[in-house]
Amino acid sequence: MSLLKIENLKASINGNEILKGLNLEVNPGEIHAIMGPNGSGKSTLASVLAGREDYEITGGKITFKDKDLLEMSPEDRAREGLFLAFQYPVEIPGVSNANFLKTAINEIRKYRGLEPMDAIDFLQLMKERAKLVEIDSSFLSRSVNEGFSGGEKKRNEIFQMAMLEPTLAILDETDSGLDIDALKVVANGVNKLKRNDNAFVIITHYQRLLNYIVPDYVHVLSNGKIVKSGSKDLALELEEKGYDWIKDYNQ
Amino acid sequence: MSQEIIETDEQLLEKLANSEYKWGFYSNIEQEFAPKGLNEDIIRFISKKKNEPEFMLNWRLKAFRFWQKMKEPKWAKVKFPPIDYQDAYYYAAPVQKATPKSLDEVDPEILKIYDKLGIPLDEQKKLQGIAVDAVLDSVSVATTFKDILAKEGIIFCPISEAVQTHPELVEKYLGSVVPYTDNYYAALNSAVFSDGSFVYVPKGVRCPMELSTYFRINAASTGQFERTLIIADEGSYVSYLEGCTAPMRDENQLHAAVVELIAHKNAEIKYSTVQNWYPGDKDGNGGIYNFVTKRGLCEGENSKISWTQVETGSAITWKYPSCVLKGDNSVGEFYSVAMTNNYQQADTGTKMIHLGKNTKSRIVSKGISAGRSDNSYRGLVKITKNADNARNFSQCDSLLLGDKCGAHTFPYLEIQNQTATVEHEATTSKISEDIIFYLNQRGISTEDAIALIVNGYAKEVLNQLPMEFAVEAQKLLSISLEGSVG
Repeated sequence: MSLLKIENLKASINGNEILKGLNLEVNPGEIHAIMGPNGSGKSTLASVLAGREDYEITGGKITFKDKDLLEMSPEDRAREGLFLAFQYPVEIPGVSNANFLKTAINEIRKYRGLEPMDAIDFLQLMKERAKLVEIDSSFLSRSVNEGFSGGEKKRNEIFQMAMLEPTLAILDETDSGLDIDALKVVANGVNKLKRNDNAFVIITHYQRLLNYIVPDYVHVLSNGKIVKSGSKDLALELEEKGYDWIKDYNQ
Repeated sequence: MSQEIIETDEQLLEKLANSEYKWGFYSNIEQEFAPKGLNEDIIRFISKKKNEPEFMLNWRLKAFRFWQKMKEPKWAKVKFPPIDYQDAYYYAAPVQKATPKSLDEVDPEILKIYDKLGIPLDEQKKLQGIAVDAVLDSVSVATTFKDILAKEGIIFCPISEAVQTHPELVEKYLGSVVPYTDNYYAALNSAVFSDGSFVYVPKGVRCPMELSTYFRINAASTGQFERTLIIADEGSYVSYLEGCTAPMRDENQLHAAVVELIAHKNAEIKYSTVQNWYPGDKDGNGGIYNFVTKRGLCEGENSKISWTQVETGSAITWKYPSCVLKGDNSVGEFYSVAMTNNYQQADTGTKMIHLGKNTKSRIVSKGISAGRSDNSYRGLVKITKNADNARNFSQCDSLLLGDKCGAHTFPYLEIQNQTATVEHEATTSKISEDIIFYLNQRGISTEDAIALIVNGYAKEVLNQLPMEFAVEAQKLLSISLEGSVG
């Protein structure tokens, strides 16, 4: 049984069709990389999966854990185990990382019929996961992303992912704007969290991140469709030949 | 369990605006009223009912005569139709056989009202560490923990009782901080006030528990005019809490209270309010007009008065808890969260009047506006000629939910001494759809997301409240914004 199945997905914003019949299947235990030039629909795909309302779904279907994803509210998608690492994480003044994550974890647990997490267990988990993404624990009492550098914000996304333990994590250009050290931290986080029962969709413009996270599949997105899929070698080929190579595919 | 997806800002606002008032029940208890209207006979009636000494009646009459010559203030950024002061009852009291000596003698129906409000008064269930004075419409119906406090020499009783038992204190201090000539509503209150709380903490005594008054309007067409007087003698400390609710009615009811605080040398008074009067329905019908004068006098050196308020209720709030910093080195603080929703209007803030040397004041005001409400901060910092080295810090933040509400800041500064240091910071922010979506994506519903943001925003003020109250206030902020009350 696949974890995520996207069939002939069409989506538009303000009347412009961005996704034009996209197909993708992700199974537990897999890492998929989605690459493509600017404007190919990479971030639209991430937003549609997470349930951002700016987009209109004009066709197709998405099944997540055998459920109709498009019927679910954004919060229920999250509670079902779908996580989006944002390309541009927002700042939330006055709300500490700890309080934010405690609320998130307990909402997710409530949805799954579990008791709220014990405060001591929660602190323990936070400390442990903070280490995983190499963040200082003083960071936990700071407001969510407030005054964080670009790299810190991305690291915080990975930290949140580590805390919430999603079944499907979508990383939307998490590597953009990161220096090599931060990039390694992000990759390391993904590699440590990878299990047989979860999956990752890594959206990226560059091949660079894939030196550290080895994908099982690489897909090339162009003009709203996946035009080519292959193994990790495809990423290297793309790097070498550039996206113009794909443009030829479209014709 | 299906969660409704909120399509647009519009629908979100709609949902928020449909919040309900949980404390809107009316209790059918037997009550006696003074005839409707306001004249000298009514004032004599109230004074007689209270069995007051001559000086009280004279003071009331002077206040009434002064009030008759005054005009309602019009400078606040609030709008309401003219109030017919003759079309209200100025005295309503539950009928009790005699003044209850103990809680056992209080009408069980009245105890039920407070139970329903989560303020149990009976002996077994009394709140730990909090002494409560319960005021229903015009009279105090019960005061808990009186005996324990009496052992420390602390007087905590209805003001009507203090007039009988400690007339010398009442005569000395009543009107000493807020004279009846102060303003229109203070004059009205001085003429007709029926009850409220009285606190006296003797020299060097640290009050061992929180003192609290719970005000409840029950009767229809009744104005509530309570009067609170707190005196902290030299070196003493007291923390006082005030809470309030009213039934849901489609008429507007007037609440014009006066609170006076006096802190002597080295004394400290902490005064906290969680104001939750009925705000009216989502179309702006009904609700309480809350026109309140609160002022504290830091009389002695090194004294301190701290006001903390969480204001979520009332159709209209007109309220400026202030500090007169007379003693050298005295400190005044004002921490406020004022939340308005639907058609609520709030014009609230503070006045810090620096008279003494090295006096310090701190103002932290957080306004939250939702629906079609209007929320104004109005504050005065005045540093007089003799107030050498006075310092003030003010921070006024506004948070907007949606684009149909308003937030306004009116800071006034009057500085007459060059050694003063005055700082003012102000911010305005909006809860963006991006933030809501981010929180949704982490499994948090829109309502919980807003509660999280609002509580985070108000944290600095909520932290000033005593523990039990902080939790209540947090819940209240969430509920006041919730689409439905669970």
